[in-house]
Amino acid sequence: MSVIKPLPRWADLILLPFINLCTAFFVCGIVVYIIGENPWDALMVMLKGAFIYPGSLGYTLYYTTNFIFTGLAVATAFHAKLFNIGGEGQAYVGSLGILLATALFAPFLPALFVVLLCIICSALIGAAWAFIPGYLQAKRGSHVVITTIMFNFLASSLMVYLLAGPLIQLGQQSPQSDLIPESAQLASFETFFSLFGIDITSSPLNLSFLLALLALFVFWVLIWKTRLGYEIRAVGKNQDAANYAGINVPKIIIITMTISGAFAGLLAVNEVMGVQHRAILNFTAGYGFTGIAVALMGRNHPVGIFFASLLFGALFQGGAELDFEFQSITRDMVLLIQGMIILFSGALAYMFNPALSKIFNNITKNGANDD
Amino acid sequence: MMIDFLFQTLWALDATLRVATPLMLCAMAGIFSERSGIVDISLEGKLLSGAFVAATIASLTGSVWLGLMGAICASVMMSLLHGFACITHRGDQVVSGVAINFLASGLTVILGIAIFKRGGQTPTLSSGERFRPIELWFVDALDNVPVIGTIYRELISGHSLLVYVALLCVPIASFILYKSRFGLRLRAVGESPIAVDSAGVSVTWLRYRALIVGGVFCGIAGAYLSISHGANFVREMSAGKGYIALAAVIFGNWRPIRAFWACLMFGFLDAITSRLQDIDLPLIGEVPAQLMSALPYIMTIILLSGFIGRPSPPSAIGVPYKK
Amino acid sequence: MMIDKAKKTSGGDTACYILELQKISKSFGLVQANKNIDLQIEAGTIHGIIGENGAGKSTLMNILYGLHRADTGEMLIDGTKAKIKSSADALALGIGMVHQHFMLINRFSVLENVMLGSEGGSLLSSGKIATVNKLKELGQTFDMEVDPNALVSDLNVGMRQRVEILKALKGGAKILILDEPTGVLTPQEATQLFDILDKLRANGVTVLLITHKLAEIMAITDNVSIMRGGEMVGHRKTSNTDPQELAELMVGRKVLLNVEKPKAKPKEIALNVNSLGCFSSRGHKVLDDLSFHVKAGEILGIAGVSGNGQTPLMEILSGMRKPDEGYFEILGKKIDRDTKVSPFTMRENSIGHIPEDRHKHGLILGFEAYENMVLGFHNTEMTGGKKLLDKNHMLMHAAERMDEYDIRPRNPKLLASSFSGGNQQKIVVARELYKNPKLLIVGEPTRGVDVGAIEFIHKQLIELRDQGCAIILVSVELDEILGLSDRILVMNKGQEVSTVNGDDANPKDLGLMMAGISQGASN
Repeated sequence: MSVIKPLPRWADLILLPFINLCTAFFVCGIVVYIIGENPWDALMVMLKGAFIYPGSLGYTLYYTTNFIFTGLAVATAFHAKLFNIGGEGQAYVGSLGILLATALFAPFLPALFVVLLCIICSALIGAAWAFIPGYLQAKRGSHVVITTIMFNFLASSLMVYLLAGPLIQLGQQSPQSDLIPESAQLASFETFFSLFGIDITSSPLNLSFLLALLALFVFWVLIWKTRLGYEIRAVGKNQDAANYAGINVPKIIIITMTISGAFAGLLAVNEVMGVQHRAILNFTAGYGFTGIAVALMGRNHPVGIFFASLLFGALFQGGAELDFEFQSITRDMVLLIQGMIILFSGALAYMFNPALSKIFNNITKNGANDD
Repeated sequence: MMIDFLFQTLWALDATLRVATPLMLCAMAGIFSERSGIVDISLEGKLLSGAFVAATIASLTGSVWLGLMGAICASVMMSLLHGFACITHRGDQVVSGVAINFLASGLTVILGIAIFKRGGQTPTLSSGERFRPIELWFVDALDNVPVIGTIYRELISGHSLLVYVALLCVPIASFILYKSRFGLRLRAVGESPIAVDSAGVSVTWLRYRALIVGGVFCGIAGAYLSISHGANFVREMSAGKGYIALAAVIFGNWRPIRAFWACLMFGFLDAITSRLQDIDLPLIGEVPAQLMSALPYIMTIILLSGFIGRPSPPSAIGVPYKK
Repeated sequence: MMIDKAKKTSGGDTACYILELQKISKSFGLVQANKNIDLQIEAGTIHGIIGENGAGKSTLMNILYGLHRADTGEMLIDGTKAKIKSSADALALGIGMVHQHFMLINRFSVLENVMLGSEGGSLLSSGKIATVNKLKELGQTFDMEVDPNALVSDLNVGMRQRVEILKALKGGAKILILDEPTGVLTPQEATQLFDILDKLRANGVTVLLITHKLAEIMAITDNVSIMRGGEMVGHRKTSNTDPQELAELMVGRKVLLNVEKPKAKPKEIALNVNSLGCFSSRGHKVLDDLSFHVKAGEILGIAGVSGNGQTPLMEILSGMRKPDEGYFEILGKKIDRDTKVSPFTMRENSIGHIPEDRHKHGLILGFEAYENMVLGFHNTEMTGGKKLLDKNHMLMHAAERMDEYDIRPRNPKLLASSFSGGNQQKIVVARELYKNPKLLIVGEPTRGVDVGAIEFIHKQLIELRDQGCAIILVSVELDEILGLSDRILVMNKGQEVSTVNGDDANPKDLGLMMAGISQGASN
């Protein structure tokens, strides 16, 4: 058997994921066909609903914001070869940070400081929620996958208790917190642009989107430009070599999980400060799990994560449009697509690798004669 | 007073059995899969799929038995998909499990709407289309015996067939695992696949079989949810039971009988949670219901941290086998 | 430490070979592990296959046992062509194997392990009784009794090996392959093993003994085949040869290096090791009361068969592991089991470490060359003096090192996995030598490295020594030790056997010391 060269970089990073994505959509298309609808029409509706219709882009980007945060959370952990499934819970409890910060600081400080402190606190609480599973993995060997799943459920129970109990808005029956003070509320893009006299259609898209873009940049700097990032990647690729290099592996595991949780916690900034202006039940609504798909698709790289988040944002928003326009399709179609993408981009990511490698090997053989 | 307490207890235990049934079955499935070295996060998805297919087929054909068969088939197909990704393509087992859960969540509702057009629910089944409670033999005869007769009637008899099946599955699983050739090889492959390979046994086929057996168990559990315990399928009706079963597996140290007791314990907690809605315990004060429902998870975390006993998973779990 | 010569009965006299290999070849990627191997084994004999580490012996046996598939060549069992695609095929043909790393399930009992694969029915109960009886029978015939209900994890190494052998025999093996069986045994256990092999031969079982220990070959085998560099270089009848001839065939070219080695000028003591001891995770003593010193400007070669304590020694000296007993003094700093050390602090104190396994420790294969060039030094100014990593600085640094060490291809952005073994090793060497360490710990520097890179690396080490560095060189390659060392310390079972001067040493004596056969005079 002759030596099979690895795929060229661009094929590995762009072509293969693209093929996986197409396969996922293709299979979903089959399902759409089986239930009696036209897959092509469905696809068109999704695209229009995500980008074309008035206000749709705003909605899409609003979802994208959430996915950037949870995607970054999963990606950060992945770089250390850790699987953080706890994004849901970490984002959920991040809202507590915001509520706490507003309670403590809103009466005394101007809006800018309140917002900043809220952001910091939501990240801190999210980080704390991931710290414990990280610590347990590093020091006690408890598998971070199981512990983060458990912590998701814990977060759920905790928030139900708090939102239906101590934090409940007076006079309300449904579990939700009070409105957060104005100083903590983030302006929507609509409001922001109206300041300049520009009129855009209303949507939940708010300034936290800029925070998300900033987070992408911070992630990039952290992972590839800092010494900590170097150590995180080293631990992820070869723990033995990391040991040899003098890297404190348990410490890195804990730090990585903590940072991961911090990213997830920032999701609360979008939902609580930017959109709902209060903490409501289950505002994380599956964003945490989608973050897994985003990180996988985006190959744990900020550019990839951005586009993957955009893709899923479009999916979510397009899914809503699908629900609206087609009798037999609901938003659950998005769950299916998500599952397919995770399957083909994650578990079966290299299924097409052998075939692709053969094609490339044949091309290069017929091309240059190089070593 | 005493009689009242007795009845309360019996009721609680009775409810425990009903709640624990899907847990036991899924736990057995998890044990088979994980003992063979494959992490299985997708118990939840298999449970959900089984529930959907059971309810759908029972509704369309009127036969509980076809529904049960359908549930088993659906669950086994999910298992095969998991195997295809993890064994044949050596993909990441956790990622595959998460994907399957998503697929199940999505497909069950999509197909449900397509077939029944009821927003994801399946039609409510009539009594004839469900597994009805069974009165065991001797119920009437024992009626006159004090205490035992009551226990027999209220607690032991009167469950649906699938509950008894589930209770049987535990010793059956234990028997297969420890007393059969298949079980020996299965346990071996989870500890050291290369030892099994060098003994001339196919690692791949062994692991696939483990997953298939797990699929069967989950299918029965799913059928129980929708055509025995309940009367139809509702979206996301598995409600995290798959994860609790996983916790029970860990709690039981990957052993069927111990996992069974863990399932009973978790089932008991669930059963009394609704009863103990914010009760006042001495010293502690008001216990929020959410704390009770969170207890299985808290206990699993404590166990995993090694504070009470050391969990000892199969040595080769999670690592795809490459020659 | 003498190994008792087992009583030898005359071997089989059949003309037909029970096993024959013709032109077997096998490559792993760019590495050719087996090249055109021809082998003929007479039935009822003990046939030794000898060669150094990396000669290709294990690969060949794995092919025979179905764990690998040969690229080309034929296998004949009893004269008929055999297709062995899996272990099941091998077992069916009567081939059993006892691996170097035992294939036992620690959590299982002896009985369960032996039954695995040949349970004798879908329910275990029927097979259990039959297996217990068979074990008893085999145990009595070959003097290998074991308690069927004992847990493997409770057994010592010698007993575990017995279980492996019994398992193979129970499966009806006519040909038994033993891969480096005595590497982990005590001398007494080794003697017992040879008694067993003798009995096996008497009962008509053919034994293939894979080893690199000359003493074993001479003691027990009827015939011996010698492998070197992936090829078969000779076959001998054991009674017609001697250790000297075998050693020469194993090692190959004459022990002469092309490196100009000026005489060493050792200065003050740089490293002083005092009664160093440490235990493995299983509680075995892997380093036992080890004491030695190394001076600045000299190379101390540590010779010994792999697995005799060299790895724990290097891990301790480089800060990756703590000693359990004793202490050592490095460049003025005393380190014992209570001192807080890490590889990072060691590097800060001018200690370099070229690890013996570059894939496991020395490099991160998934990192690019320039990132590997700063591994372990990433917190120093090697990555630029700024707050963030200075990529340009690192690229330039890597490019300079690649020029200096002639690392090809000259691309700092290439993944480490894309380089050949020799070039990978050069990256490690370039990195560790850059800061001119005062003490260098080197393990197997030329394993899997091509000849050109070998000579280059050797030259670098000599130059470093002449600049005043103290070097500890651990290698299983005798010519490397002989060519580079100023003094040689032979290790066996975690202890020092002897220390000799480089000029006085010769391969034969060293080989015997390494094999644990003779005790040289201590220096």
